[in-house]
Amino acid sequence: MSTRQTRTGEGRGLPRRGDTGAPRQEGTAPRTSPEGSPGGPPARDRRPRAVPDRPRALAVPPGGWPGGAGAVAARFLALGLIVAVALWAVAPLASAGNWTGTAIVAAVTAAGLYVYLTPRRMPAKYLLPTTLLVLAFQVFPVVHTMSLALTNIGDGHLGSKQEAITAIETSSVRREPGSAEYRLTVAERDGGLAFLLAAGGRAYAGTAEGLRPLEGATLGPGGRITAADGYTVLTSAQASARSAEITELAVPVEGGAIRSQGLSRAYQGRAELTYDAGCDCVTGSGSGSGPEKAWRADEEQGRFVAADGTALPQGWKVDVGLANLAAALTDPRINAHFLGVFGWNLVYATAVVALTAALGIAVALALHHPRMRAVRAYRTLIVLPYAMPAFAMLLVWRDMFNTDFGLVNRVFGLDVDWLGEPFTARLSVLLVQLWLGFPYMFLIATGALQTIPAEYLEAAQVDGATAWQRFRKVTLPLLMLALSPLMVSSFAFNFNNFNGVFLVTAGGPFPADNPTVGATDLLITYTFRLAFGQQGAQYGLASAMSVYVYLIVAVISIVSFRRTRVFQEVDR
Amino acid sequence: MRRPTPALTGTLALCLVLTACGGGGPASPQASAAPAAADGTTLLIWADQKRSDTLKPFAEAFAEENGIKAEIVVVAQNQQQTFTTASQAGEGPDVLVGAHDWIGNLVQNGLIDPVPMTEEQLAGYADVARRAVTYDGQVYGVPYAVENLALFRNTELAPDAPATFDELVDTGKKLKKAGKVEEIVGYPVSQQNGQSGDTYHLYPLYTSGGAHLFGTTPQGDPDPADLGVGTKESVAAFERIAALGEKGEGALKRSFTSDNAAAAFNEGKTAFMVAGPWRLADVRKAGVKYDVTPVPGFKDAGPARPFVGVQSFFVASKGRNKALAQEFVTGSLASAEVAQALFDAEPRMPALKKALEYAAAKDPDVAKFQAAAENGTPLPAIPQMVAIWVPFNTLIHAAVKGEPVPAAVDAAAKAIAEQLEQ
Repeated sequence: MSTRQTRTGEGRGLPRRGDTGAPRQEGTAPRTSPEGSPGGPPARDRRPRAVPDRPRALAVPPGGWPGGAGAVAARFLALGLIVAVALWAVAPLASAGNWTGTAIVAAVTAAGLYVYLTPRRMPAKYLLPTTLLVLAFQVFPVVHTMSLALTNIGDGHLGSKQEAITAIETSSVRREPGSAEYRLTVAERDGGLAFLLAAGGRAYAGTAEGLRPLEGATLGPGGRITAADGYTVLTSAQASARSAEITELAVPVEGGAIRSQGLSRAYQGRAELTYDAGCDCVTGSGSGSGPEKAWRADEEQGRFVAADGTALPQGWKVDVGLANLAAALTDPRINAHFLGVFGWNLVYATAVVALTAALGIAVALALHHPRMRAVRAYRTLIVLPYAMPAFAMLLVWRDMFNTDFGLVNRVFGLDVDWLGEPFTARLSVLLVQLWLGFPYMFLIATGALQTIPAEYLEAAQVDGATAWQRFRKVTLPLLMLALSPLMVSSFAFNFNNFNGVFLVTAGGPFPADNPTVGATDLLITYTFRLAFGQQGAQYGLASAMSVYVYLIVAVISIVSFRRTRVFQEVDR
Repeated sequence: MRRPTPALTGTLALCLVLTACGGGGPASPQASAAPAAADGTTLLIWADQKRSDTLKPFAEAFAEENGIKAEIVVVAQNQQQTFTTASQAGEGPDVLVGAHDWIGNLVQNGLIDPVPMTEEQLAGYADVARRAVTYDGQVYGVPYAVENLALFRNTELAPDAPATFDELVDTGKKLKKAGKVEEIVGYPVSQQNGQSGDTYHLYPLYTSGGAHLFGTTPQGDPDPADLGVGTKESVAAFERIAALGEKGEGALKRSFTSDNAAAAFNEGKTAFMVAGPWRLADVRKAGVKYDVTPVPGFKDAGPARPFVGVQSFFVASKGRNKALAQEFVTGSLASAEVAQALFDAEPRMPALKKALEYAAAKDPDVAKFQAAAENGTPLPAIPQMVAIWVPFNTLIHAAVKGEPVPAAVDAAAKAIAEQLEQ
């Protein structure tokens, strides 16, 4: 069983000369491929043997589905469910005019119905869901991250230019000092909105056209107008429903405009900054009192910049091409410490994998001994760290390493500044991760040990092998067969083990002369602080950095998986 | 295994269902949008757990008065980030409750609108609260509660309030020598992670040493062009802090976080603690006889200025009901009656002067925290503040640990300046 998986996996993952390299789809590929490439290299000759039963699997009776009526009913129920969910998902998408989303849902549903209704397409029945999952949870996030890396998205550059202009103009509206304070009543005339304003015992009506005195208005006890000829006063509920219109209405008056402050007050204010499409710039006096200035749109930076170099805080998102990717390589603040962090990152991931594997195997072997008693109790205890939420455990460990109040120093009567010195801090994060990670390796090793035939060890014993030789030459190679792929994935996980470091040391301790890079910083924690810790959130730069981290992990994983194939030869 | 069993088909169908939603991922927020606009307007308010419980009755009363619905959504974690993301996707609230130091970032992202309060309304707020919510000459939030650090003192161990921090350390050392306490002072030097210094808690001592973080613009905002870290004064201030540190008096230690300092104080293991009003409930529960006084400054130096944080109501730029939101925060919530009721519901120092008088009469500790806030400065709201935190936190640890101060200050100043240049 495992042999076949290995080999078919090999054929997919490692395209050879003459192979298309694309994952085989739709079942027809395996059947036609031997004929399709008659002169294929000898390395391919295992493929026909590896999948001999596949063409036969397609030979489902064309007359219909075998199986009882219950099976058919269950199948149609499941398909009906798919259609129902699709309809539920499509309704809001279509009503919002999101045709791309609608098309995706429709295409996925159609493909699903086709594949599961036809008695053929057996491989597609397996491939379709996995392909969709891979697309949704692997390919899409990676592509999205890469596309973000090409923009300057981050704090101050989140939205569009139009949004930035609106924000600039809105936030520049200032109350005229000493201007009248109006009591506001929202009213309606011929469907149009009007502000009935009362100030100093006089009444006005204001619309977008302007302000004019109002005759025959009735003032209520709070100084607000309660009725006026020709106007319908809106109740709170009616006014609430037209909230957006009320906010937008500005009654032009000399030196500004009267705007609403909620539903019962109005004030006279002036927009200090206005956008001029002619010069593509924002003009005005800035923060109230300054001289008249112009901020020109800089489409490269995504913000309005004045001649003196100052910029308005509200910017917008622009494409910056490869600038973020280049900055990660060329910016001295980023790349100066890259090698050091990378080195420790390698050491950390390697050490964690080696230590957890060693301890896990050792404990598994100890419990595997036939004379061991209460194995179950021990196993339960050992698996505990794995079963507890890592997040909480990391925080508990962090507090246990506290110099004065931590359990570690108190129990052992030590006065070690665990997290304050580079060496001990590194030791601490390794110890914590060892504690968290070894149960996983223990579980795998325990399982793998059960599958090692006792005859092998007996034969070795008969041949005069010592216990160490038996372990070294028989048990360990067979164990590694099961463990090595998991060790590679464990390495990839720990290489990016953000929580394991960030929650314990936050990357520290930091040398006094350099607050940017700490002794236990991994690439991912270092990146996190660069992108989010200092200059606000810089998603573009963060995405570019994570693209690099992704590439590094991918390369290391590919190389490791190739190397671990050495062990798999044993199985052939 | 020739054909999928029904169970397998079911599983696959489930996978398909899941991916069908996943495939539409980028558009799915709209799927859940389906606003309740069909049957009237809903005022959407975001607050943290505690605030939401307190606000609920007031929001409901306001809703009833205006014939609308009000909904309070609890956002427990990462409120600012969540608000930014949600607003950008058109899913944000109308009103947000949050700390005033978010203002700079929210303004540069175009997410909150100025709140056009009258001068008369503004005059009703405590001076520090008014300054805190004013950014670039505009008022962006309605202040609600004020928080700042003060010195908690165990009156059984130390009956007299120390006039200076040096006197406090002397008293603490005497008590420690006599075996009455284990620690000189519970001063949270480190943040919760224990690994980076705590700028917020150390700022009073830093300012007492005569240093500042940012200068002040004519508008009254912090001025990023005038960086106080790296000046002579900042070196001098950190020399005084270092003198109390691990290689000096041993009063300030990196092992102290806000939590374990409070634990030590509540158990009588230290006579002094620097903490905010959020510790009051704990301290009272522990039954310690305590008093609250302003954080003392160094001997022969300036006053210690704690940061003042102001919880505020913000009107979201991208909310659907801005007029209602403005009415709610400037009309309803800004009234003295509501502010007093809010204090009754949850004892936080009110920002409104009238409510503050009411609260101070009701709870003497409020008056004491108010006194402690007198020398305080609002936590800078400018977005450039993010450049400060990491380097300054590291600097605090270096100084307290006993590393050479001038080099550490220079390194921090350089790192901050580099960030500010961007």
